[in-house]
Amino acid sequence: MRDLFRNFGRSHEAFLLIAVVLVGFILAVATPTFLSWRNLFNLIDSYAATGVFGAGLLLVLIAGGIDISFTATAAISQYLTASLLVARGGDWVSVFAVSAVVGAAIGTLTGLLVHTLRVSAIIVTIATLNMLYGVLIFVTNGAYIYDLPDWFTDGGSLVEIADTPDSTYSISIQAAVLAVVLAATAVILRHSSVGRQIYGLGGNAEAARRLGVNILRLHLLVYGYMGLLAGIAGVIEAQLAHSVAPAALIGTELDVLAVVLLGGASLAGGVGGVFGTILGLALLAELQNGLVLLGISSYWSRLLVGSVIIVSSGAAVLGRRAQAARARTDKVPARG
Amino acid sequence: MRGRKPHDPNRPAPFIALRAIGKHFGGVRALAGVDLTVRRGEVHCLIGENGSGKSTLIKILSGNTAPDPGGRIAIDGHEIENLTAQEATRRGIQVIYQDLSLFPNLTVAENIAFADHLRRPVVGLASRARLREGARHATARIGVTLPLDRTVGALSIANRQLVAICRALAADARLVVMDEPTASLTRHEVQALLRIVADLRARGIATLFVSHRLDEITSIAERITVLRDGVKVDTVDAAGMTEARLAHLLAGIEQEATLPPTRVATNAQPARLAVRALTRSGEFEDISFSVAPGEILGLTGLLGAGRTELALCLFGMTAPESGSIHLDGEPLALGSNRDAIAAGIAYVPEDRLALGLVLDHSIATNITLAVLPRLASRLGLIDRARHNAAVAHWIAALRIKAPLPGNAVATLSGGNQQRVVLAKWMATQPKVLILDSPTVGVDIAAKQGIYDIMADLARQGVSIILISDEIPEVLHHSHRVLLLRAGRIAAEYDAATTPVARVQDALGA
Repeated sequence: MRDLFRNFGRSHEAFLLIAVVLVGFILAVATPTFLSWRNLFNLIDSYAATGVFGAGLLLVLIAGGIDISFTATAAISQYLTASLLVARGGDWVSVFAVSAVVGAAIGTLTGLLVHTLRVSAIIVTIATLNMLYGVLIFVTNGAYIYDLPDWFTDGGSLVEIADTPDSTYSISIQAAVLAVVLAATAVILRHSSVGRQIYGLGGNAEAARRLGVNILRLHLLVYGYMGLLAGIAGVIEAQLAHSVAPAALIGTELDVLAVVLLGGASLAGGVGGVFGTILGLALLAELQNGLVLLGISSYWSRLLVGSVIIVSSGAAVLGRRAQAARARTDKVPARG
Repeated sequence: MRGRKPHDPNRPAPFIALRAIGKHFGGVRALAGVDLTVRRGEVHCLIGENGSGKSTLIKILSGNTAPDPGGRIAIDGHEIENLTAQEATRRGIQVIYQDLSLFPNLTVAENIAFADHLRRPVVGLASRARLREGARHATARIGVTLPLDRTVGALSIANRQLVAICRALAADARLVVMDEPTASLTRHEVQALLRIVADLRARGIATLFVSHRLDEITSIAERITVLRDGVKVDTVDAAGMTEARLAHLLAGIEQEATLPPTRVATNAQPARLAVRALTRSGEFEDISFSVAPGEILGLTGLLGAGRTELALCLFGMTAPESGSIHLDGEPLALGSNRDAIAAGIAYVPEDRLALGLVLDHSIATNITLAVLPRLASRLGLIDRARHNAAVAHWIAALRIKAPLPGNAVATLSGGNQQRVVLAKWMATQPKVLILDSPTVGVDIAAKQGIYDIMADLARQGVSIILISDEIPEVLHHSHRVLLLRAGRIAAEYDAATTPVARVQDALGA
């Protein structure tokens, strides 16, 4: 147990947690609104889709891959689901199921392409991003869908919290979905056999192959999961926006990538975790929201987020060097 | 050996028997008619020089490569038609590759118990406590204690090897194949490994050591199989074998030294390259030596002793922290490898395929890659006629066997690729040529060709630094040999008068 704390003290997550708390404290002191129920609930709602995408991308990055086509996947699943919803009606279960299945199918196909083409995943997914988005715009003519049913745009409210008698806030559908997705991803990564295989594949792909890991299956699984979560993110984004716009999500890929990399994942694969991604998401939300509350142009937030990524990845490299140095001084164990 | 002999019921079948194994890659023969049996619990050594077919044989017996038709594989006396990697694993064959194939990002326990994850359904949840217990059990079986919760990336090479051995045991190994297990170990670590192998034997687990060296591991073997050029020379009982007889089997002929007569009185001449107290902490320290014109200086040491790091520094790829390099008496400040090439230093890297050649490009392009500015006309365009003349000159001078200079380098044999790399660097007309393990992965005929070229160049006055971990090679083909250990020069030998065994003894000490 003491070992656990010692490792945590040296870990990337610990530094991130300190940063999140520190920035949160500064914002709470500097602005009257940051630490209000309204602002916090709004933040969770508006960053939920990014978080759901991030959970999927985390799996892909740990497996040593990358995917930037998920926003196009989400846009297609979202559009198809909304069209069906408008034409035929439906309920929460059917909406999530349709969008998730469409997303998972596109994601699995992406995984198949990445696996069989043996081209770097970034090239494959740049191509699929453009293809999927192009097809979507061609078929829809870029038309928005506004006439979503009322039960959908009203959203479900699970628990109501009141801070003053006349204003109540509820656990929104966004917050609930985000929590479930993060928990499920954490269980997959930390406790499932397939999770260990994903870390193994990202850590040393050749070793995984030699040990008989079914690499095709893992590729289908991680890219399929990415697609599934993209479909789900599409639904909660549409609910928040009360509409579906084909181009709404495109362009947010890099924000998601920033969150996951900030959270300790690496383009080289093999490292990262859900807790880190949550902290990365929190830090991004704080920085972007904080600048708005402080009245600074939101363009500065991009500069700030970029700088934070460079600093944190630099720190990660230094950490790995320190580990390599420790490896050189490691001694042969005594025979007991 | 045609037809199956009825099995003698009194003698148990060997654990694995390979018969008439052949393998061709394209038109190139890697193995032909090789028989190999490993008995239950036997310690067996498979030795052969680089390129003799050892690694192909391991790939076949672990099910990663299918042999040519006609080869037969039997495990426990049962013929197996198509040995797949999964089947080999299921029957207890575990290979510990030279790179160990561990997951640096996972903990020791997770690495050891990794195979356990593969036996579960996709949705299965893994009990950490049970995996950890399994890992602890595997470490206890070979009597070591490893930090189970530490990530493998933070372990020393020797400890990583122990993790790999434990992983093999956790997967119920009955035959552990170890590919060059001692290449990066100190003598102390080798002794620890040998004790573990003795333990395995006591538990009825067979070990197949694969090596290109006649080092300590042959001493604990019961039988030794020698491969040469893809053919089995012999399988001999280890008892009563002498190193001289093994060396004879290995090389076939006694290797003739191809050195030019030492007309270079090395200490009388002013040094061509003089290195003084060169240091890069963590890589090498306080390195001082000099090389005379026409001298071949051997540089040997264990993997990770700093040989390649030193070469990269002399070639300007890394900057020394302190110390000096003089070329023909002039101090050199190398900001990059471009400076080194301009000064007349050439470096042929160990991994010639990855670092030395653009494989998809033509032989001609590769040869002139490093000298393009010198072939340019005043407008900065390449002078075709001079370019072609230079290519023709080097193809002839290094006897590169290629139909056309326009063919891709990838179509050439390993030996000819090596010559193209040499041609590329010779075209820069170097004063100092650094060759890092130039004969790794080439066959014996090509090796001889490379030694001949080295001798030729030395006669023409080029100073050569020959880096190799094959001690007979550096002793037979250099004037002097430096032994590096943990980044320092541990000893210097006169190549003509030093027996191989003396350097071998000093190597792992």
